[in-house]
Amino acid sequence: MSETAAFEPRVVGFLCTWCSYAGADKAGAAQLPSPDNFLPIRVMCSGRVEPEFIIRAYTEGADGVLVLACHPGDCHYKEGNSRALQRNRLLRKLLDSFGIEPERCRLDYVSAGEPEKFTRVVSETVEAVRRLGPLRLSREGGLNDGSNDA
Amino acid sequence: MECDGKPGKPKLAVYWGGSCGGCEIALVNLGERLLALDERLDFFFCPCLLDRKNKDVEELDDGAIALTLFNGAARTTENLEMARLLRRKSRLFVAYGACASSGGIPALANLDTPGSLSRTVFLESPTVENPSRHVPGSSSPYCTPALSLPKLTGSILPLSAIANVDYLIPGCPPEPETVWSAIAILTGADLPPKGSVVGAGTVPVCDECSRIRGEKRLRRFVRFHEAVPRDGECLLDQGIVCMGGATRSGCGALCPGANVPCSGCYGPPEGVADQGAAMVGALGSVLDPGELAALPEGEMAARTDALFEGIPDGAGTFYRYSLAGSLLRRRRP
Ligand code: SF4
Ligand code: SF4
Ligand code: FES
Repeated sequence: MSETAAFEPRVVGFLCTWCSYAGADKAGAAQLPSPDNFLPIRVMCSGRVEPEFIIRAYTEGADGVLVLACHPGDCHYKEGNSRALQRNRLLRKLLDSFGIEPERCRLDYVSAGEPEKFTRVVSETVEAVRRLGPLRLSREGGLNDGSNDA
Repeated sequence: MECDGKPGKPKLAVYWGGSCGGCEIALVNLGERLLALDERLDFFFCPCLLDRKNKDVEELDDGAIALTLFNGAARTTENLEMARLLRRKSRLFVAYGACASSGGIPALANLDTPGSLSRTVFLESPTVENPSRHVPGSSSPYCTPALSLPKLTGSILPLSAIANVDYLIPGCPPEPETVWSAIAILTGADLPPKGSVVGAGTVPVCDECSRIRGEKRLRRFVRFHEAVPRDGECLLDQGIVCMGGATRSGCGALCPGANVPCSGCYGPPEGVADQGAAMVGALGSVLDPGELAALPEGEMAARTDALFEGIPDGAGTFYRYSLAGSLLRRRRP
């Protein structure tokens, strides 16, 4: 079996309690199929998700992160989801410098009444991360690979 | 030769790894207080200022040096060896300055593809002219017996990942007040808990900055060379990327005081693990949300990207001094 075939990605989700968490609940109640590679964490608002949480998810073993927010205009704290979007765009740019593909850091909008969209976005994210392969960070030092001996 | 230094006085070592020498200059910047320091401590080992050899350190008993201030990054195998040697010989082993504490400028090379540092620097960099395509190596075929030099490390790690570090002194370089108060603490009776940052504050630089902060509703970021900062007003409010909010206090907000944005040299404040993440969080909260309100959902991301175009190198800006100490530490292999 090839390594990619054996690879089951782990995707951590930060779900706003007012919208996507309720949407996920509905998806569960309706028994919509949803990949079990998804580890949801309930937050009060997408604006509560600090970039450090997302980076920590990677260093703790996540291959991808999905933040699910209320639709624009629907955030219960008014601007939480605009902040979340702004942070997401800047963080994706930053992660790119570390060789971490933007697809591993996704933000989308799911309301309480969109269980189908919830399962679709989660499956899409899991499949995108599966195609990218394991994240495999390395914090070790080691020696230069010998190119300084060239 | 009196390799033990002067008897009676506790020994001080100041050593450099991959560094620019600025941390030694910061020590000399103590001015006349250096004489007071010399009265209390014996400057035993400091290759930048004194002619004592590594061998003299090797011959000491373990723990014979009272205090070692190790500055610079561990860029070569020699730096690693010296860090471990000095750790063994010292009762207090201190990461002195940004490079030792969290990688500093040399650690920006961690953003290069691992293992390709020499190629980048000597062959591929756009300003390099190297027609013979010579890349310095760790041994020379032109000498008999063969000459060997220390190898480069694969990436820069913080000093604390190489040897057990007792305390850290931040700054690039640390300000004289920071150095002085750190040395007072380290030579005093009441030592703070191991692993503490000494000589600096705990809160963000903004807290000691005299510029007035208003409500932030930015419509664009301006690069520093394009801006003429207005007096008295927070630089970030003016769209200039100032790291004060994600940087440890202790310098007295020197740079914003001189019309220059803080570039983050004291590392993250107490309780913040990752300076870059903190900066993304901060900058993701200063744009005017009104910019997005009227747009259809699908266009918001592109509009946001356009607003961030004024920050062409986020990683190099937000982690300028703290990459090796950050959560990700280096580019993926
Ligand atoms: S962001 Fe910079 S200029 Fe503004 S208050 Fe903080 S340190 Fe001062
Ligand atoms: S203002 Fe920032 S960059 Fe300037 S000395 Fe202080 S911490 Fe360092
Ligand atoms: S309350 Fe749902 S995103 Fe803010």
